[in-house]
Amino acid sequence: MNLLDISWRSLIAGGVFAAAMPAMAAEQIATRTVAGVDPAELQKMIELNVRPNAIPFPEENPYSVEKAELGKMLFFDPRLSGSNLLSCASCHNPSFGWEDGQPTGAGHGMNRLGRHTPTVLNLAWGEIFMWDGRMDSLEEQALGPIQADVEMAQPLDELIAELQAIEGYRELFAAAFPDQEISEETIGQAIATYERTIVSNRAPFDHWVDGDESAISESAKRGFVIYNTKANCVACHSGWNMTDDSFHDIGLDTDDVGRAAEMNDMPEFKHAFKTPGLRNIVERAPYMHNGSLATLGEVIDHYATGFAERPSLSDDIKPFELSAAEKDDLIAFLESLSSEDDPVEIPVLPN
Amino acid sequence: MKYFGFKASTGAAALVAVGGLGAISAFASTSHVVSQAEKAFSTKKMEVAVGDSITFVNDDKVKHNIVIKKMDVSSGIQKPGEKIDVLFDKNGKFKVRCGIHPKMKVTVVVK
Ligand SMILES: [Cu+2]
Repeated sequence: MNLLDISWRSLIAGGVFAAAMPAMAAEQIATRTVAGVDPAELQKMIELNVRPNAIPFPEENPYSVEKAELGKMLFFDPRLSGSNLLSCASCHNPSFGWEDGQPTGAGHGMNRLGRHTPTVLNLAWGEIFMWDGRMDSLEEQALGPIQADVEMAQPLDELIAELQAIEGYRELFAAAFPDQEISEETIGQAIATYERTIVSNRAPFDHWVDGDESAISESAKRGFVIYNTKANCVACHSGWNMTDDSFHDIGLDTDDVGRAAEMNDMPEFKHAFKTPGLRNIVERAPYMHNGSLATLGEVIDHYATGFAERPSLSDDIKPFELSAAEKDDLIAFLESLSSEDDPVEIPVLPN
Repeated sequence: MKYFGFKASTGAAALVAVGGLGAISAFASTSHVVSQAEKAFSTKKMEVAVGDSITFVNDDKVKHNIVIKKMDVSSGIQKPGEKIDVLFDKNGKFKVRCGIHPKMKVTVVVK
């Protein structure tokens, strides 16, 4: 079995982490060709997309099987909401790329929320969280929607009491956090640990990066080059997970001030939202922070010429022109980012 | 109260009394300097004493800023060449980030 084909699950189960897995060296990357592209330039583009081989876990909240198992229970448990009807998974549904397939999410009492549900895929590599970056860690983020009135509407003190009353949870928490009480911290740490294990598997694009010329179509290869050059998607959607984890106003028609609310109303951050990663993007429609675009074609049209010129517009947003064939190529590349992920087993919850 | 501000040049020096990490005097404090260049801080982790200050110097070609969530610090835009002084007057572990480039971060342990 090729080392690169080991699934994330076995990496975790075997306790193999970053230190133990050598990063793939650049010289291991086979030489690739795309018609009309300088091989050295192409090589540079490809090297920036080599995937890490293990999931990073923070010093403050190291991985354990018990924590991840508990976190998964909590993630799928509707009792984490005030109504006992909504779980994290209600909006972050594995079937829709860990989103909900809706333009914007629905919270407590089926209230429509203001922004599109972001994926939880590959958040182990995230820096700050939420569309506006207001949460500094995944641990902190996990507790946000649970408490928010408009989302899960569950006061945490009540939740702790509810969980304490369930024998199965008392045991799971004791196993995951020996000598600690059930608390906001342990709930957040368990959910964050589970979320960090939610990683998209190697997609056809990754197999091409690894050297398998037949892994993606010629059209997708041309699309990869367009992504990196003419359309310059890579200005923000950079690296193997296709995000710079930064914030940009991309000129969408919106009243939402985005990151400016978090950043002293700095004009540079007006209408700026976090760059989402693009893994499994086909499964994650509709698109943008407000879910206003239904297809990847519409998204490309927006970036080409559809954006609003305004003072806060990112310097990286510049008009470009693609032929119909080039647009198809770019979409073919984006499609090659979708992986066949391991089936997600819904846990049977403790009662 | 937010302990940060733009200082023209040697502003941080005004805060500095004699002594270092082990100083006994209640007024002793040290001023540390952290540079921001190539979209990275010059260090990833540092330890300072309670009462010390850090001057963050933007030696980069692009704008940065300083956000410390736990201290309620958010500096506003820091243009190339500008400095931001932050006084660390409580012990704990603080994540200092650039709010523009969140991958830029340094952990400050205040003891
Ligand atoms: Cu910065």
